[in-house]
Amino acid sequence: MFDHGKIERNSVLMLIGILIVVSIGGLIEIAPLFYLESSIEKVKGVRPYTPLELAGRNIYVREGCYNCHSQMIRPFRDEVERYGHYSLAAESMYDHPFQWGSKRTGPDLARVGGKYSDEWHRTHLIRPRSLVPESVMPGYPFLAKTALPYGDIDGHLSANRAVGVPYSDEMIANAKADLEAQLDPDSDGVDALVKRYPGAKARNFDLKVGPPSELDALIAYLQVLGTMVDFSAYKAEENLR
Amino acid sequence: MNWLISFPIGLTGVIGLMLAAKAQDPAMYGHGLVFFVAAVAAIFCVISRNLLAKKISAEDGYNDEIVRAGLIASTFWGIVGFSAGLFIALQLAFPDLNFDTSVTNFGRLRPLHTSAVIFAFGGNVLIMTSFHVVQRTCRARLAGNWSPWFVFWGYQLFIVLAASGYVLGVTQSKEYAEPEWYVDIWLTIVWVVYLVVFMATLAKRKEPHIYVANWFYLAFIVTVALLHLVNNAAVPVSFAGTKSYTLFAGVQDALTQWWYGHNAVGFFLTAGFLGIMYYFIPKQAERPIYSYRLSIVHFWSLIFLYIWAGPHHLLYTALPDWAQTLGMTFSVMLWMPSWGGMINGLMTLSGAWDKLRTDPILRIMVLSLAFYGMSTFEGPLMAIKAVNALSHYTDWTVGHVHSGALGWVGMVSFGAIYFLAPRVFGQAQLYSLRLVSLHFWMATFGIVFYAAAMWVSGILQGLMWRAYDQLGFLEYSFAETVEAMHPFYVIRALGGVLFLGGALVMAYNVYRTSRGDVRIEQPYTAVPQPAVA
Repeated sequence: MFDHGKIERNSVLMLIGILIVVSIGGLIEIAPLFYLESSIEKVKGVRPYTPLELAGRNIYVREGCYNCHSQMIRPFRDEVERYGHYSLAAESMYDHPFQWGSKRTGPDLARVGGKYSDEWHRTHLIRPRSLVPESVMPGYPFLAKTALPYGDIDGHLSANRAVGVPYSDEMIANAKADLEAQLDPDSDGVDALVKRYPGAKARNFDLKVGPPSELDALIAYLQVLGTMVDFSAYKAEENLR
Repeated sequence: MNWLISFPIGLTGVIGLMLAAKAQDPAMYGHGLVFFVAAVAAIFCVISRNLLAKKISAEDGYNDEIVRAGLIASTFWGIVGFSAGLFIALQLAFPDLNFDTSVTNFGRLRPLHTSAVIFAFGGNVLIMTSFHVVQRTCRARLAGNWSPWFVFWGYQLFIVLAASGYVLGVTQSKEYAEPEWYVDIWLTIVWVVYLVVFMATLAKRKEPHIYVANWFYLAFIVTVALLHLVNNAAVPVSFAGTKSYTLFAGVQDALTQWWYGHNAVGFFLTAGFLGIMYYFIPKQAERPIYSYRLSIVHFWSLIFLYIWAGPHHLLYTALPDWAQTLGMTFSVMLWMPSWGGMINGLMTLSGAWDKLRTDPILRIMVLSLAFYGMSTFEGPLMAIKAVNALSHYTDWTVGHVHSGALGWVGMVSFGAIYFLAPRVFGQAQLYSLRLVSLHFWMATFGIVFYAAAMWVSGILQGLMWRAYDQLGFLEYSFAETVEAMHPFYVIRALGGVLFLGGALVMAYNVYRTSRGDVRIEQPYTAVPQPAVA
């Protein structure tokens, strides 16, 4: 019969035993997600973030928005009616890190893009309770006053490419120009931006003249959330997993 | 001076200076300087100790100094973490307390609270108790002269870097794994030394068998290392910048994160603290552990099943269904080993139940087991998809976490601190048992206020989100459900006041104990005292 005493008398044996026992579950559960093609649905329209959207996403990450906002709509009648089509894994395939969240102190943001105007976001981010009196959200007036540091934005794109986001050499080389072009709808760079990032919207997101602000970037990110997938071409029944 | 010690310290200082010199952002500049200052302080300590202290030999008995430092650090970080929790609870009730600045908003302070209570308070309690338990149960002095101190101070440095980073906006925004890449590397180094010290002490043991508490500590140390390394894999933008991008994205990142996140609960907050239970409850009750066989079954089944439970944080999300189902199934099964462990702890009191009347420390420990049993029943319940559909994204989750964290982790830690305080300060007894009892009641009422408020608010909000009116429209706007939470957020904060107050009473008790004071008070006796005529 198996004698547990052997393990109890040998610390190295116990260490090895623990490592084996705790590895099994993780390997069986996580590893297949990386090679099963069905893990991520086949969709049209999901592209890497533009440099401005990526900079905005980094502000979302920096401020810890995931503490109160999810980006994951579940397939329930009430959630789909409240927020829109349930979220697909494909929609966050370029998200390093994912920001699905775990708590809705505030509403889900997976499809907030295009729901409100830039002006609404600007006012709401600066003074949330001026628009939603019941809100318990902190105000972020400092975002409007802080210039967006984007001198190293190409480095950010390169780092994303290193972890698997398909940014091309061209995208990296033009990162700074693309960021500036997206804030200036009348500039010459907009066409090239939209060619590189189909569907990208170029606007002065914070509605203020001057150098790009952190608020510009964050609003650009919020406005693209959940808008990439072409649902008219999406076949749900082919992507059941 | 030993080069094996001074070279790595010097290297840390040089790297710190380089990071500061090349810094891409102000946070890295500050953190580079912190590394440098820490290295200078460490060199200074090494020199002064070598000059002043006598050579430590194997005959010196147990290393209680490190346990004493851990006890002070645990008490300190506990109060910091509970205060941060109370503050952010008040922010949710009264949002003006965010002051609308970058450094005081909820999004940056909430990770400060969770890291302070889990890693600063919980981590220090685990390091302190594991160092105490492994020495006593092996009948051997802790291995190494410098390395245990490196673990202790290195861990404090990790806490300071992580916490100051959050406030400055340095975060990966992965729940409970917020520290950025360079802080993660530092923690890895500290953790490896911790494992080496623990294993080396086991190797020195004079007992043929390794005691069950050490199995749990070992599983905690090893598994946390594994989780930490995989979940924090990232590519930094620049070698002197704080920002990095995680290696995994989207659904893979989500499952990796919750494999980490749930096992941070399973191995940091459960296995490690079960090590505390397996040593301190038998000691305080002066009874052997109830069942040796149950300990074996408990240990292996618990560590095997826990690892699978992560996907229950991702039910009904874009995670493939097969993974969700596995996660739910194993979460329900996890109920059994959890209650097996609780029964093993509670039944240890067989024949000693009368001590609950006279020993408030034992009472705290038993209450922690009761909360452990309750939250490990609630957990599997919430992992059932139909229940999770209601509870997910609501305060019910927050309430569940806190009944486990305040009730189980907090209370068993307080029990260990009360047990250790007179011993590490070389005193005959605790300053006051009546104050322990006061702490017991304040903490208990605090937890009940907290958990009850969160149950009601969570279920209420979940039901409001899915309510339809007679015409088939959603009945409530999101803002209306936020408004409905307000009274419960106030009650929750009240619970936090009580819990924090209890911890302050403990800190006072520990402080007076350290001075050797004994409070003049009515002693606890088995027979009620006759009333004074």
